[in-house]
Parts: sequence; structure tokens; C-alpha cells
Amino acid sequence: MSSMQFWTFLFLVLSFGLYIYIAWRSRVKETKEFYVASQGVPTVANGMAVAADWMSAASFIGMAGMITFMGSDGAVYLMGWTGGFVLLALLLAPYLRKWGKFTVPEFVGDRYSDSVRVIAAISAIVVSFTYVVGQMTGGGVVFARFLGLSAEWAVVVAAAVIFFYAVLGGMKGITYTQVAQYIVLIIAYAIPAVAVSQQIGGFPIPQVTYGTILSELDALRTEFGLHEFTEAFAGRDGGQLDVFLVTASLMLGTAGLPHVIIRFYTTKTVRGARFSAFWALFFISLLYLTAPAVGAFTNLNLLRGAQGSTADELPSWIDPWADAGYVTLNAEDGLIDTVSNDAASGADLIVSNDILVLASPEIGGLPAPIIGLMAAGGMAAALSTAAGLLLVISSAASHDIYYRMISKEQATEKTQMLVGRLAMTGAVIVAIFAGLNPPAFVAQVVAFAFGLAASTFFPILILGIFWKKANAKGAAAGMLTGLVFSAGYMIYTLEIFGTGANDHILGISPEGIGAIGALVNFTVTIIVSNLTRPPSHEVQEMVESIRYPSQQTTKV
Amino acid sequence: MSDVTYENGGGAPPGEDWRRRYWKKNVRLLVVLLAIWATVSLGFGVLLVEPLNNIVILGFPLGLWFAQQGAIYTFVLLILVYALWMDRIDKEFGVDERPAAEGGDSR
Repeated sequence: MSSMQFWTFLFLVLSFGLYIYIAWRSRVKETKEFYVASQGVPTVANGMAVAADWMSAASFIGMAGMITFMGSDGAVYLMGWTGGFVLLALLLAPYLRKWGKFTVPEFVGDRYSDSVRVIAAISAIVVSFTYVVGQMTGGGVVFARFLGLSAEWAVVVAAAVIFFYAVLGGMKGITYTQVAQYIVLIIAYAIPAVAVSQQIGGFPIPQVTYGTILSELDALRTEFGLHEFTEAFAGRDGGQLDVFLVTASLMLGTAGLPHVIIRFYTTKTVRGARFSAFWALFFISLLYLTAPAVGAFTNLNLLRGAQGSTADELPSWIDPWADAGYVTLNAEDGLIDTVSNDAASGADLIVSNDILVLASPEIGGLPAPIIGLMAAGGMAAALSTAAGLLLVISSAASHDIYYRMISKEQATEKTQMLVGRLAMTGAVIVAIFAGLNPPAFVAQVVAFAFGLAASTFFPILILGIFWKKANAKGAAAGMLTGLVFSAGYMIYTLEIFGTGANDHILGISPEGIGAIGALVNFTVTIIVSNLTRPPSHEVQEMVESIRYPSQQTTKV
Repeated sequence: MSDVTYENGGGAPPGEDWRRRYWKKNVRLLVVLLAIWATVSLGFGVLLVEPLNNIVILGFPLGLWFAQQGAIYTFVLLILVYALWMDRIDKEFGVDERPAAEGGDSR
């Protein structure tokens, strides 16, 4: 066992032990604890939990890697995934918290109708599911490289840990483990970033120093056949229109993702929900503001290492990654002239996006314990998000479909808990299977979940709160057309289900279609609602009531 | 979306005019904050990124800085301003949540 493997193993065991300990301390008995942690989570803690829930393997492992190669346009992920929080904080979180029940399908079910509840529950399951697969794959990268285990093992071990605390502790267990996971992942992300910033920029704040290396980086990138880091719209084939739409899709999708929304049900008050959203984005921004710096520094180190060297002279960090299949060398003897992240490019040195963050300490020549910490951080990011998603899947199945639809709200508390735990078990098992046969690479899989959330949930949630006349027929029609439209375009442009990939229409990538899907959903919902009967008096009263944090105590 | 009328019957009984005023203030705040939100991100970060890139500060082309840093700083501030401002509006209309007032606050 190399010293790197030792440290990785040590950090993973320590962090897993901590999560399991917390889970045991916060095990639950009641459905209110299981689904919304008894609505007793303090604001700052909830902010951290949301941040960990939110920052997935894609944020931690994939994002800076994508920025490394996409350069300026990597900002679609940065702005998209943080900008959506503003929508969530201002337009959804306080109102949904005031309404105060367990799940997102439950809100649309009460606001619209039972058939909308079922569509929403199924969409919640599908969206969360697409997303879980990305987490499983992300965990696989960590295990494959640092412990020399196969990715299959990673999936099984990760699933076993999640299974333990999610089934035992439900939302409560998940929330408090996520607080711990946030701390692990942010430390793991920040230490190497600060160290590399000090090393290259001579100042320990990466957000400031990465500006100073941009001109050197641009020159090096041109030398290796990449577009300039600072050049806008060069990283995506669809140009400005595509960048605009992808950013908008990710924003709307962020605000429509059920696993993030339900986190705001766990706060004590409406005010708590607003401040939780602030803390959540604050904690998220610590990583997101660092990511582009990590991308730029890693890129610089990578290219400096490759400059003027032959395949044999490359830095030693490359070999183990090449063995794990994430780095390919095509220049058998000559100099490394071209570098790419695209396996089909035929460049001399091809590096997968997914490894750049995990490899950044090695690329920067940092010591073994930091590399081990990075691995623990990557696992924390994957586990925390996967757990949150599994809770959504199981609550949609057990609470929305079983309790509300099948048992007609007759099931006892005990049966509900049993069904909830069984659904969680089922979800974990399916996630293992999906993780063993993952489609596409980490971040891309996740990006599709956003497109689907943007074109199904976001519009009807917004209209449900801000427009009293939005009715069940409108919402059902809007969600279905939005879903069919976006999923249709994704299937049309991508090779999934064995269908051929067609060209992008107007250069719009499948990741960007969600913004248009949302527009379609908004339009259809508004038109159909206007043509059919407005919702009942009770429903309109309910909409009215969620707009005010509490009963008026003093006359104005 | 600020369509909050009570023509569907029963929305606001007489003397409940404060609801409309409260909601109007809320919606106005949302519109202002979301306008800033769209300007810094989709505006500066995407639509105007190329002209802004001609200005370079501390090595950062300004458009790139907004897209990768500035927009995010602004987002964090926007949510903070929203939460604080809503506190004020809630207090002004007497609908703020007090732990002691839970349950027993009939008007």
C-alpha cells in the first residue's frame, strides 16, 4: 500500500465512521422526523446541509475539470447552479415552507389535483434518479484511482453507507450527516486550492490570484491546440445562444429540483427558510468561487508539465491515472504537441474532465495526506447528494403514491414508516444497478436532470404560488408538454436507448433545452388554465394563505 | 405575475386591504432583485461578455470575471438583502413570526 493509498483509506474510514455515528445518534421513529426532520433544523445548519445536498459529485469532481477545458464558458455551470438559488430563495422557499408539508408532489397535489400529484411524483422519481446515477459514477472515480478498487466496489460501498443512515435516520439523519459532509468537502476543496494559489500566484486567495496567470495560460493553451481560456463562447459549439440557454436551464432546473426544495420544509419558520437559503448559497459559493481558480491553476500546471516533454518524460502523476483509464497517451515517442479532454480528438495527451480536481494536488505536487483528503471530500460530495435524492425518491413513492393515493391517507404511522424505509431500500438497490451501468460522464448525466426539472416542476410551482387561476388541467397539460418537449429533444440529439444522435437544431445543446421546455410549460399552463374553470374557492384561499408568514397580530 | 385581484369572490374581505399592500410590496421587491439577478448573470456574464472583456482588471477580463465570480457574489448579496428586507415588511404589517405567538394569535 502506497502512502497515498494509506491516507486515502484512513480519511475515508474516518469520515464514513463519523457519518454512521451521526446517523445512529439521530435515528428516527416518526414520519415527521423521517420526512422533514420535525421542522426543527437550525438555520445555519440547514444552510450547510443544503449546500452539501446541492453540491454533488459533479460540482466537486467534475466542475473545475470542465472549466479547465471549457475556459470562460465553464461559467454556465457556475452561474447556472448558483443563480437558480436566487429563484429558489425568492420565489419558492418561503411559500412552500409556509404551506409546510412533506414533499413537492404533495404541494402540487393539494394545489392542483391528484392526477397532477401522480405526474409530479413520477417526475420527481425520474429526475432524482438521473441525478443519483451521476453520484454513483463520481464515487466510482474516487475508488478506482485511490484505492485501486474497481468502480463496482465503489458503488456498493457507497450505497451501503447511504443505506445505513438514510433508512435509519430519514431526513434527520441525512441532514446532520450532510452538515459533517459539507465540512469535509469544503476543507478538502479549499486546502489544495489555497496551497496551489500560494505556490503559483504567491498569495493564498485563489479567487484573486488566478487572474494573474490568465495571460500565461492563454499563451500555453494556444501552443497546445486549445482555445484561449478567456475567450467567450469558444468552449461550446452552439455559441452565445447555447451558452445563454444552458445557463438559463440550469438556473430554472436548480429551482425546480425536488431534493433541494424539500430542504426548506425542514426549517422552523418562514423566516428560517429565507435565511437558510442565504446560508446555503453562501456555503455553496465558497466552493463555486474557488472552482474556476482550481480549473485555471490545474490547467496551467498540466500544460507546464507537458511543455517540451515527450511521453516518457511526463510527470509521474500521469501513470496511475492512465492505468485507471482516465488518461490516454497517443504520442509514443515524439513531443506532446496537443492536449485535449475529448477522447475522439486524437490529441497526444487526452485527460478526462472527471479526474482534474482529484488529481490537482498531485499535479501541483502536494503531499499525500492532502490527496487522501481530496478523496474523502469527493466521496462526501457524492454521498450527501445521493442521500438527499434517495429521500426524494422514497418519499415520492411511499408518501405521495402509497400514503396519499393507495392507502387514501388511512395507513397508520407505523405502516407509513415501514413503507418509507422499504421504498428507501428499493431506491438504494435500483441506484446500485444504475451505478454499475452508468451512461455518459458524470456532469452530463446531471445536466439532463436539470433540463427535466426546469421543464416540469419550475413553471407550475411558480404559477401555483403567484397566479391563483392556474388550475389542475393547465398544470397537468403544462408538465406533460414540457416533459415530452425536453425529453424528446434530448432523445433526438443524443445516443440513448439505441437511437442515433441527430444534429443540434440552431446549435442548441440538449443541456440547454430545459429553458425552452420551461417556456412551453408556462405557455401551455396559462392557456389551458384560462380556457378551463378556475380552481375552487378553497384552493384559492390556500394560495392566499401561503403568502403571509403568519397571522396578522397587529392591525396595520 | 403580480396578478393579485380578488374578483373571484371571497379573496379579501373588507378591512383586509393590508394583504394586497403587503403582497404588492413583496412582488415589487422581487421584481427589483430579479432584475439585478438577470443583469449580472445573463446580461454581463453572457450577452455582454465580449465587450466587457476588453476591460482588464488585475488580470481578469471583466466579462469573464462577472461570469465566473461577480455574478455569484451578487447572488449571495441578493438573497441576504431579500431576507432582511422581508423581515422589515413582515414587521411593518405585523405578520412576522414570533416563537411565542405560535397558535394563540387570533386577531
